[in-house]
Amino acid sequence: MTTLVVASSAGNVLVWIVWVVAGFCCLAAGVAVISFSNPFYSALALIGNLASLAVMYLLLSAEFVAAAQVLVYAGAVVVMFLFVIAYVGPRQETPWSGGPGWQTVCAILAAGTLLVEIVVAIGLQAGGGLSHTGKVGADFGTPAWIGRIFLVDHLFAFEITSIVLLVAAVGGVVLGAHTRRVDPRTVDQGAAQEREPDAELVS
Amino acid sequence: MLGPGVAWYLAVAAFLFGIGALGVLIRRNTLVVLLSLELMLNAGNLALIALSRHWHNGAGQIFALGVMAVAASEVCVGLGLVVALNRRRLSLDVDTLSELRG
Repeated sequence: MTTLVVASSAGNVLVWIVWVVAGFCCLAAGVAVISFSNPFYSALALIGNLASLAVMYLLLSAEFVAAAQVLVYAGAVVVMFLFVIAYVGPRQETPWSGGPGWQTVCAILAAGTLLVEIVVAIGLQAGGGLSHTGKVGADFGTPAWIGRIFLVDHLFAFEITSIVLLVAAVGGVVLGAHTRRVDPRTVDQGAAQEREPDAELVS
Repeated sequence: MLGPGVAWYLAVAAFLFGIGALGVLIRRNTLVVLLSLELMLNAGNLALIALSRHWHNGAGQIFALGVMAVAASEVCVGLGLVVALNRRRLSLDVDTLSELRG
């Protein structure tokens, strides 16, 4: 019995340590995302943020979501970001200047107000109701469990999600696709020289 | 549940959301604004999963997966816009992109 209690408290300390490290990395990477002047480094910092969030999901026994997080975000979204950042190339944009100083101050104030509002809302709504903890079944968060919920209880949401993704993919292609045909009505109005730089991209 | 209670996770989520909102408000590069939006969506995901664990209810995780799909869609459309802007040699500064006419 004593061994069990000692093992449990040691496990508790271990989980706390992992949580503190993951939480610190998560917030530090978040700050890094918004403070790097080069968007390439921001996207790389986002990977750190996503990885530490995946660790937190594992601590919350959401294994499938953690795996999906790493696959979808780090594997697809961030790679797409990196491709586009490399395609756009370096731009001369200073990160913190560009607007009047009061705008920055107001932005910080607005974000701080939002944070306080969230904390107050959670605190008022939850009160002491968030303190109790309990055990969950061994299959909580496993792919089989998620799949059963997804395909039995939330099948409609699942299908709608696929349609949303399809529409977004088509929209992205339409927005990013290059139109080779030049509208004759716009050529005469001096649009020809505007399209000149595009010519090198066609090939 | 070993380790911290759900309130700690919610605190991290709130701070992450605040950082993302600050990034959206303060940065001018379209790409970094999109990255900050990802931060905000991830903060929402963390809160959803923490509460899903707290109430032993799977709907939170399903919702988090839906948010992930929406985030992927948003990135798809947003990056398509960035590529289109770059093709037209327009600035990626969000302050100069105040008109939908382009």
